[in-house]
Amino acid sequence: MPDKPDRNAIEVVNVSKIFGSGEGQVAALDKVSVSIRENEFFTLLGPSGCGKTTLLRLIAGFDFPTAGEILLYGQDIAPLPPFKRPVNTVFQSYALFPHMTVADNIGFGLEMLGKPKAEIKARVAEMLKLVKMEALAGRRTAQISGGQQQRVALARALAPQPKVLLLDEPLSALDYKLRKEMQIELKRLQHETGITFIFVTHDQEEALTMSDRIAVMSSGKILQVGSPWDIYDKPAERFVADFIGETNFLTAAISGTSNGKTRATLKSGTTIEATVAEGFQPKDNATVVVRPEHAKLTKDKGDLSGTVENIVYFGTDTHIHVQLDSGEAFTVRQQNTRSAGCGFERGDKVGILIGNDAAQVLRD
Amino acid sequence: MATAEEVAKAAERRDVRDRWLLSAPALLVILLAATGPLLIVLVYSFLTPGAYGDVKWQFSPDAWISVFMERDIFDDTLSLAAAHVTIFWRSIKLAVVTTLATLALGFPTAYFMATRSEKTRDLWLFLITIPFWTNLLIRTFAVLQIIRNEGIINTILLKLGIISAPIQILYTDTAILIGMAYVYLPLMVLPIYASMEKLDFRLVEAGYDLYATRFKVLRKIIFPLVKPGVIAGSILVFIPALGAYVTPVVLGGGKNMMLSNLIELQFGQGRNWPLGSALSITVMVIVMLALLAYVRNAGKSGVRHG
Repeated sequence: MPDKPDRNAIEVVNVSKIFGSGEGQVAALDKVSVSIRENEFFTLLGPSGCGKTTLLRLIAGFDFPTAGEILLYGQDIAPLPPFKRPVNTVFQSYALFPHMTVADNIGFGLEMLGKPKAEIKARVAEMLKLVKMEALAGRRTAQISGGQQQRVALARALAPQPKVLLLDEPLSALDYKLRKEMQIELKRLQHETGITFIFVTHDQEEALTMSDRIAVMSSGKILQVGSPWDIYDKPAERFVADFIGETNFLTAAISGTSNGKTRATLKSGTTIEATVAEGFQPKDNATVVVRPEHAKLTKDKGDLSGTVENIVYFGTDTHIHVQLDSGEAFTVRQQNTRSAGCGFERGDKVGILIGNDAAQVLRD
Repeated sequence: MATAEEVAKAAERRDVRDRWLLSAPALLVILLAATGPLLIVLVYSFLTPGAYGDVKWQFSPDAWISVFMERDIFDDTLSLAAAHVTIFWRSIKLAVVTTLATLALGFPTAYFMATRSEKTRDLWLFLITIPFWTNLLIRTFAVLQIIRNEGIINTILLKLGIISAPIQILYTDTAILIGMAYVYLPLMVLPIYASMEKLDFRLVEAGYDLYATRFKVLRKIIFPLVKPGVIAGSILVFIPALGAYVTPVVLGGGKNMMLSNLIELQFGQGRNWPLGSALSITVMVIVMLALLAYVRNAGKSGVRHG
């Protein structure tokens, strides 16, 4: 990872947002605190209704927090209207102005800031080049494709050189291939402009591939903040482990926790080493997660034993679903080779080996 | 035997014939109810007035001449019909001011309605249309009750001690304008609301996000996008306002003659149907010219819809 300066671009401090009143009150955000560093590609990840878009709208200024502070480089911007915040948004629906050309759309923010015409023209040309839309500058926004609209929306939001760029599921309307292209494009733009990006998505793969850091949200709370690697390999809670990638949940007895490590005794009686989630309170029984690709299937005796239930071929790898003798389900992901099959068949009695650094104990 | 080409041609002929037959009833209604009477008015405007109303079937351009010119009864010289010009100008002014007033009131009203929740929107729409169910005359007299010297406004102001004598509103131009604005407001609100309701309010957010203040958002984003509604509303108000008859008479006290009063006069006491017809057609031409100028001007100022 490249070096990031430690300055915080955005600090969200104890922010709550409550919609409705009386009986119908819904807390869209419940005392959320998070710091977003300068020049960072930061992702808010979570299922729909988790509050990620609400948080984005609070930062943009379309809604105002019920409680708490939002600091932009140390200054509280929570009470400011959106047009007084040096923050721009790329909308999920793009929200391009249909009565203006592509160039007019991109220049709109600068025009509103009262920049001189010549400067606007130069900046618009620069933006058009950045998103490779020079040829379509004079088009109406209804006359360009979805992917092109996406680029225009990006250029429009980047043109006024905001301190922070907010992106509200901007890729969700694109088809798979275009989405992949735009993911790379977004990373490139973030790198070239050096602007802090706050990206909202429900797509865990998108979050993992693009972000410097991810905040996983659920029911108005941030459950975990960390690098993609942290989030994937060291999930703190069941929700995080479940939402991102596939994983196996095992119940285990815990003993001897120290220095972020512990010993977990599985139902099969085997004891393995495991890392411990941040904020773990020592207790007797806990949930241990093991990613399917961090376990190995063997015909001999392993840490766990069971019967092969199902084998699913995925091209790059094969998923082998095993019914453990303890009654739990366990999936192993095995890399495929050209020359041989996966080596197992339905009904086979198998053992499962869990590596030294494969298990993580959750805090809930 | 007929070739395929001939068969196709015959089918096409049949098709054309059927189309005419099927649309005949509608065309007949349009011809009889709309174009026919207009033609009669046009023909009448070139005839000689009868002694007891009606027309004599004798060609005469006199009606058209007297629309614009006055013939001196002593020496037969023609001069500009100052009275007619004054009346035309007064009516046009009233129609323009009424249109502007309804626009100023109707635009915020439509915006307010369109930004309510879906359920309450219907209620507001319902409230706006209620006056339509009442007779125009009754609505006008209702306004009269509010603004007359012993009316609600003056009574309240007197009771509160804000004024010591009633303000004379009734039988002034202000009274006419209040009445006209009230009567025609729904015609302005409804088309603007229809446009406003279709407006994507995320565009408004995008505007705010891109540093546009509330006023700039209104001018640069909302207004251009609801312009079709504004144009439609203005047309719907301007045309009937130009020909308004009841409201100026009741609230203005008939002191100042309007176009509609002038035309009515020719068909009533004046017994000059040709002049009445010529005046009617002149009004129509003015409306058409005004609309052409308005629509063209509105189209020019930059808004092309994608």
